[in-house]
Amino acid sequence: MNKFWIILFHTYMSKLKTKSFIITTIITALIVVGLSNIETVIDRFDSDDESTKVGVLDETGELLPLFQQQLQMTDESIVTQELLVTEEEANRLVTEGELTGYLLLTYDSENLPQGVYKANSITNSNISSRIQQALQQVKVSLATENAGITQGQLNQLFSPVSFEQIALEQNAKTEEELNQARGLVYVLLFVIYFAVIMYASMIAMEVATEKSSRVMEILISSVSPIKQMFGKILGIGLLSLTQMVVILLIGYTSIRRNMDSMEGGFFEVFGFEELPVSTFVYAIIFFLLGYFLFATLAAFLGSLVSRIEDVQQMITPMTLLIVAAFMIAMFGLTKPEAPFITVTSFIPFFTPMIMFLRVGMLNLPFWEIALGIGLLVVTIVLFAIFGARVYRGGVLMYGKSNSFKDIKKALQLTKEK
Amino acid sequence: MTLHLQNVTKRFGDFTAVDNLSLEIPEKEMFGFLGANGAGKTTTFRMILGLLDATEGKISWDNQKITYDTSHLIGYLPEERGLYPKVKVSEQLVYLGRLRGMDKRAVLKQLEYWLERFRVPEYANKKVEELSKGNQQKIQFIASVIHKPKLLILDEPFSGLDPVNVELLKEAVIDLKKDGTSIVFSSHRMEHVEELCNHLCIMHHGKPIVHGSLKEIKRSFGKKNVIVHADFDISHIANIPGVVKAKKTAEGMHLQVESEGISQKILEAISGKGFVRKFVLEEPSLNDIFIDKVGASYE
Repeated sequence: MNKFWIILFHTYMSKLKTKSFIITTIITALIVVGLSNIETVIDRFDSDDESTKVGVLDETGELLPLFQQQLQMTDESIVTQELLVTEEEANRLVTEGELTGYLLLTYDSENLPQGVYKANSITNSNISSRIQQALQQVKVSLATENAGITQGQLNQLFSPVSFEQIALEQNAKTEEELNQARGLVYVLLFVIYFAVIMYASMIAMEVATEKSSRVMEILISSVSPIKQMFGKILGIGLLSLTQMVVILLIGYTSIRRNMDSMEGGFFEVFGFEELPVSTFVYAIIFFLLGYFLFATLAAFLGSLVSRIEDVQQMITPMTLLIVAAFMIAMFGLTKPEAPFITVTSFIPFFTPMIMFLRVGMLNLPFWEIALGIGLLVVTIVLFAIFGARVYRGGVLMYGKSNSFKDIKKALQLTKEK
Repeated sequence: MTLHLQNVTKRFGDFTAVDNLSLEIPEKEMFGFLGANGAGKTTTFRMILGLLDATEGKISWDNQKITYDTSHLIGYLPEERGLYPKVKVSEQLVYLGRLRGMDKRAVLKQLEYWLERFRVPEYANKKVEELSKGNQQKIQFIASVIHKPKLLILDEPFSGLDPVNVELLKEAVIDLKKDGTSIVFSSHRMEHVEELCNHLCIMHHGKPIVHGSLKEIKRSFGKKNVIVHADFDISHIANIPGVVKAKKTAEGMHLQVESEGISQKILEAISGKGFVRKFVLEEPSLNDIFIDKVGASYE
């Protein structure tokens, strides 16, 4: 068998068998399964929750039925109970936990309703805002009645205006679709980000380990450093692909299985109900391209250090680039059409994430995607050629040195004349 | 399958690591490289293996450049020892052996033979980090010879080993040579080179200072050693013309003389003065030659 394949499969198999790889894959898969079942999980917890009991101390003596009616319309989970006690007594009921809180209803100087909501803590703004909303409704209906406006006029005043958005561009995504795409793109961006950082630094670590354990010199005396480097990069690439496919498959089936039970819930918000396959395919394409770009970079950076401890320091600039790309992509989630995003999506270091963001959220003309990928591929090839030369010299260099000056030194080592 | 080095020079920037080295290493020979740290031995080996390109000059083996296509014929034990610390011995030898063009079964068979020979058969399933340094070195030696190379390059094969293991390794090297492997090795230890090599080369600051067969080198050196042990004071013999060096020892003196003839003058100078226990005229040792040529003590 060709030596390249021996290295590729050795790297793949030996990494596949490591405990750390198996454990990360299992944990990630569990998280994915957990997330895709989150609706069930939340329901499980919610059903145990008792509904909120709120007391009403109605000093006006007539507002309560109207208020209860309004509250019923906004939120059914809040149960109201008329209190026929003093304020001190009501306070006591709340502190003792009989009631979540109570509302004191009075008239103001203009004979309109006003309220004070008292509870042990006011952190749960959900309840108080519902109550405020209901009270607002009561006030509006009373005020309009006072002003002599009929119910018909009132309906006219408050019925929502008819408003529709129509995109003239064909296939342009509607606002709703955009929101849905955003969730999926967001999740996949995270996956790309983590995977690229993780696997690129795995490459650097591998190379540094072989160098510091001095097994490198034996390796490169039997196989060319270039073959060794690319065998390693592809081996780890295959490993990452395995992990990705496992996790995505588990995630996809888990979501599919839960699809019916979660209509209108969490998943709709995240745009999972359609699961556009093209977005997944692009995610894998851009992940692989991003991986190859940063893996070649990591391989030659790793070849320059002599000790494993220096690896992190050496690849920090590279990691920062990936982080920067991720930050820009996060910004772009809300404004995918900003010129800044368009420009950065063509910069090879950022393309894997930002072009993916644009592909996932907008309807790009194909030439733009092709141009982005083309530029990226050219950069990867250039890096591979340059990286291979540095690598060839770098693996033979030992010493405390670990600076970017060493790139020059490494290149000098491989110079023929 | 002769290894030729023709006017090989390697420069790193302004620094010349190997300067105009020409050598011929015949087939099925054992060739010794001597030199202090930084003399250019490892750089020479790396050039022979094709890991580095020579700045000037040509290296050929069997009239061809050594490339990765011939790597299954070549074995290399680097000076810096190392294997994957967390991988089992058998597993990593299978990997390294396959990279040298063997298949898995052949590797395991050879591994069994070598572990048996080195009296450590139980190591096959141990991780390298669990082994002592000396035993790791044995494993690494196995890794460099498991594919029965035609050309074996050993960079300091005996350093860091106890005398028992040095003997084991020496025997293995001699057997390999008998089976037709050409061996090039470097050493700090003159006696190893003296014992094993027919041809050798002493390098100093990248230049070959002495180069040829052991016999010729000794003969052409001219100087001889005289050892005198006597019961009376013989320190005056150090002043006899022709005595190059004199060193007092517990029992007498060690002298280096310009030629054989001087020894007779020394004998005359001490005869009849008292009881002489020992009087020996010796060939110079490689160590003497090395010190004389390089101009400094070395070990």
